[in-house]
Amino acid sequence: MSPSLVAAGVFSHKKYGENYHALALVAPGIGAQVEPGQFINVSCGPNRDFILRRPFSIFRVHEQGSAPSTIEIVFDLRGPGTRQLAAMHIHDKIDVMGPLGVGFSIPQRKAKCLLVGGGVGAAPLFFLGDRLRKDGHRIDVVLGARNADHLLNAMDLRRMASVCNLTTEDGSAGARGRVTDVLADTMDGCGTEVVYACGPDPMLAAVARICMEKKVFVQVAVEELMACGYGVCMTCVMPLRERRSKGASAGRSVVYARTCTEGPVFNGAQVIWSSGHEHVAQDQSELSLGGGAVRAGLQPEAGAGHGPPGN
Amino acid sequence: MTPDLAVTLAGLRLANPVLAASGTFGAGREAAAFLDLKALGGVIVKSMTLTPWSGKPTPRMCETPSGMLNAIGIQNKGVEHFLAEDLPWLSAQDATVVASIAGNSVDEFVKVAHRIEAANTSLAAVELNISCPNLEDRNHIFAHSASATAEVVRSVKAVLRSKPVFAKLSPNVTSIPLIAESALEAGADGLSLINTVFGMAVDVSTRRPKLAGGMGGLSGPAIRPIAVRAVHEVHRLWPHVPIIGQGGVQTATDALELIMAGASAVAVGTANFVDPGACPKVAGGIRDYMAAGGVGDVAELVGCLKLEG
Repeated sequence: MSPSLVAAGVFSHKKYGENYHALALVAPGIGAQVEPGQFINVSCGPNRDFILRRPFSIFRVHEQGSAPSTIEIVFDLRGPGTRQLAAMHIHDKIDVMGPLGVGFSIPQRKAKCLLVGGGVGAAPLFFLGDRLRKDGHRIDVVLGARNADHLLNAMDLRRMASVCNLTTEDGSAGARGRVTDVLADTMDGCGTEVVYACGPDPMLAAVARICMEKKVFVQVAVEELMACGYGVCMTCVMPLRERRSKGASAGRSVVYARTCTEGPVFNGAQVIWSSGHEHVAQDQSELSLGGGAVRAGLQPEAGAGHGPPGN
Repeated sequence: MTPDLAVTLAGLRLANPVLAASGTFGAGREAAAFLDLKALGGVIVKSMTLTPWSGKPTPRMCETPSGMLNAIGIQNKGVEHFLAEDLPWLSAQDATVVASIAGNSVDEFVKVAHRIEAANTSLAAVELNISCPNLEDRNHIFAHSASATAEVVRSVKAVLRSKPVFAKLSPNVTSIPLIAESALEAGADGLSLINTVFGMAVDVSTRRPKLAGGMGGLSGPAIRPIAVRAVHEVHRLWPHVPIIGQGGVQTATDALELIMAGASAVAVGTANFVDPGACPKVAGGIRDYMAAGGVGDVAELVGCLKLEG
């Protein structure tokens, strides 16, 4: 379905742990249509000092009987936009654009699915998990964060998962380390057939590499900086390998796909991950889904043309 | 009395004076999910080049106070794709379309202009994005040189005879009127003022530029006073030259500032990222202003700035 602009109402505002705010929004038209992995782009108010919308993947959708479904987003405080959203109260109105992007594809037959998430970037796995479980798929989970406080709502994932492995970088919950440290063993133990991963690019790159070695299909929801969210600004592009089977151009080529419209979910085997990953400053990262890290240092392909500094 | 918002700039007829600025609206397809493209005065499409360009590395943008920096590198699918796919679709929507041409040499500009002329389409006008580096002159940006600006304009005008040509000037020069004069002498039918303002932002945690390309173009309300000044400077010297004012327009008041400074039409840029329906809203606000003030024709407002008394 095509996106629309909706004046959404705040239905609830709660916190998960110390760090994460969750806003449930009544957004008629979006709640009924949105698919796991899609996102919304939220105006933080009629500001002139910071003007861009902030993108958020859908954390959960709550069906309210015959009333419109509410959509829930979750975020931590990263800058002026999220600070403004964190001050929202029930019944406040928020200008929301959505649903945006292409979500996860759901297995056609019963499959053993592994959900892999890092930090607040794990948000879309909850909505995805609900959908997969409804469709009768087995779900296993690997959830990681820098410490126990930053594990996003692990309790709910534990409830839906057959196996739920947690990792923290400081060892305050689950295994000490990163999700990729336990990924291969979890996949082997669970007989994983499909992997769904959300989080910062370096994590996704490592997850994709492990899955490709194991020849397991992996879908990744990437976090890229975006200005518009609906396909016109060309800031959120990801380099993808594209196989062309026909004609004179048969072989491999690189295409720059828009995260906001062709993504944010991509086939992890198609993404060309850059070698150097930089964390962006906190006040900028709220312009990406999940806001973990951004790509950097990728060189344009040969013959790319030399554009101006602007545009 | 119903205010008349229609304007004509050097033969470019617009139902209202508010266009979407190049690079902020694609070729209209995505925005069409949110609005009827006929409601816009016109669509200045994303710049097109002779061959497809894949653009610059990411990160390509960052937010700055009252604006944003971008370094996209004119990622586009080339003039042939525009003529075969985008233009027919836009025409089917009844949109008024302005093509934007970019290139890394005079010859590239000329070849694209030639393709457009040969295609003999319903295209309403052409804007020249000359804020590109000239690979044949040590990467100097065309718009930063009076002579390079003149050469592009003259060469394009020699092949593109059927459409009005607007030169989009850069604010990153010592004297905008000097470049404007050069563009006009070379045959530009009108001017677009302004392109983005060069800027840069640094991530102090990594000690790297926030954009992969280092520098970028600043847009958004932060640059509006620069645009108003540029339009004023040029209009004062050449009051009959049609100007498309652009730079940080979000509201009708913003647009009216540019119009009163001398712009016959305005283009809305970065605001489209926030609200795809920004252009018709700005046009509606201009209509309200005219109705409230008893202004019958928007042309009465162009350059109406009072400088004395």
